[in-house]
Amino acid sequence: MKEILYAIAVLGAMGAIFGAVLALASRLFAVKTDERLPLLLDALPGANCGGCGFAGCAAYAQAVIDGKAAVGLCAVGGAESANKMAAIMGVEANAMQRSVAMVKCRGRHHLSKGNYEGIDDCMSAMFVAGDGPSACGSGCLGFGNCMKVCMFGAISLVDGIARIDADKCTGCLQCVSACPRHVIVEVSQDADIVVACSNHDRGAELRSICDLGCVGCHLCEQQCEFDAIHVVKSLATIDYSKCVSCGRCAAVCPRGIIADSNLRRDMDVAPSIAR
Amino acid sequence: MSLFISLFTISLNAILVENFILVKFYGICPFMGVSKKADTALGMGGAVIFVMAIASAATWAVNTYLLLPFDLVYMQTVVFILVIAALVQLVEMFLQKVVPALYQALGVYLPLITTNCAVLGVALLNIQNGYSFIESLVFGATGGIGFTLAIVLFSSVRERMEDCDCPKAFKGFPIALIAAGLLALAFMGFSGFKVFT
Repeated sequence: MKEILYAIAVLGAMGAIFGAVLALASRLFAVKTDERLPLLLDALPGANCGGCGFAGCAAYAQAVIDGKAAVGLCAVGGAESANKMAAIMGVEANAMQRSVAMVKCRGRHHLSKGNYEGIDDCMSAMFVAGDGPSACGSGCLGFGNCMKVCMFGAISLVDGIARIDADKCTGCLQCVSACPRHVIVEVSQDADIVVACSNHDRGAELRSICDLGCVGCHLCEQQCEFDAIHVVKSLATIDYSKCVSCGRCAAVCPRGIIADSNLRRDMDVAPSIAR
Repeated sequence: MSLFISLFTISLNAILVENFILVKFYGICPFMGVSKKADTALGMGGAVIFVMAIASAATWAVNTYLLLPFDLVYMQTVVFILVIAALVQLVEMFLQKVVPALYQALGVYLPLITTNCAVLGVALLNIQNGYSFIESLVFGATGGIGFTLAIVLFSSVRERMEDCDCPKAFKGFPIALIAAGLLALAFMGFSGFKVFT
């Protein structure tokens, strides 16, 4: 009988003491959290994509409270979340330039140097001798590393080339860093005219490996009245500070790789329409 | 000197010969659960070292000054769970206030291992082996190091297996279990290993 009583007494006392100590500790070591933090988290989409440059939505919200980051860096939440955050923090939301990712390659016909039968992964394919299996050294490899990192289902593989649905793209730009060939670039969402090729090879050389690449024919450059498009190292490049989206370069491009915004969207979803 | 030798032997035992995961098969849950990436495995390992060391110290004190005088040794398991759970909670609050950096680093792993069987195991083994306070502390810490060694090794293997072309039926967990078995088999090679005889 005594043992049972001892057991009950000792365990009961221990439980009570631990409870008391923990209760005391929670008072003593209480960490003050800013009451704005949960509100900010509410205003953010909670995708934890890291597009803002912080480890996740919580880290970004904390940085905003600490004054280390501005409101409205969240590409996913867009203007809506920026305004909400600004209201919580009591500051003006500055209009954020929203960008989307774009695949600077249309070369669904670019030739391969040989058969690659390795791991289904762009990074692995790049390790293969001579920078990967495709004849074009800067085109999309089509193993879909970008598709795997996209949290929003905006990227699909069409005819072995990555396509980004500009409507679904939130601009977190995870795919930009996932692409070993740097074919995916950030463009402003308002950029109506885009050049969809990244190859700097000269015309004849390029013609031999891809029928959907920029040959550097300068036709677009001659058409442009605003000095906004130039052929740099045999690749048309748009200066968006000058471009007024008139679409004349797109109309004149013999390879069909310069596109205006509507076409871009169509091309992104189904490249066959572009032809 | 003899204390040093005994501590060295205990450390070697805890890390290699009697590795908590790969030889004794304690703490398999976090071993399989958080071993997908080497850096999270390292975080988990750090938390386990920390908790096992302080749990060893606390349970040794509770056993010596509370359970033995009252003849309550048969209540060990229950009491130790209580002590460890309360202790980890306390440490977590303390860290959050005083060393937020460490709290951030250990993150979610600290509360996760509150009721881990490796932690309870180290407390019970300390008593079973009749270790002194210092020996218990060292056994706890090095047991945690052994845990870290095993989980980091295993996570590196798993990171590599991600890219492997293995049969569909084995993808994911099954192949991980096989790898864990092979790793355990490798650690069996240490059995009977002694430096001081």
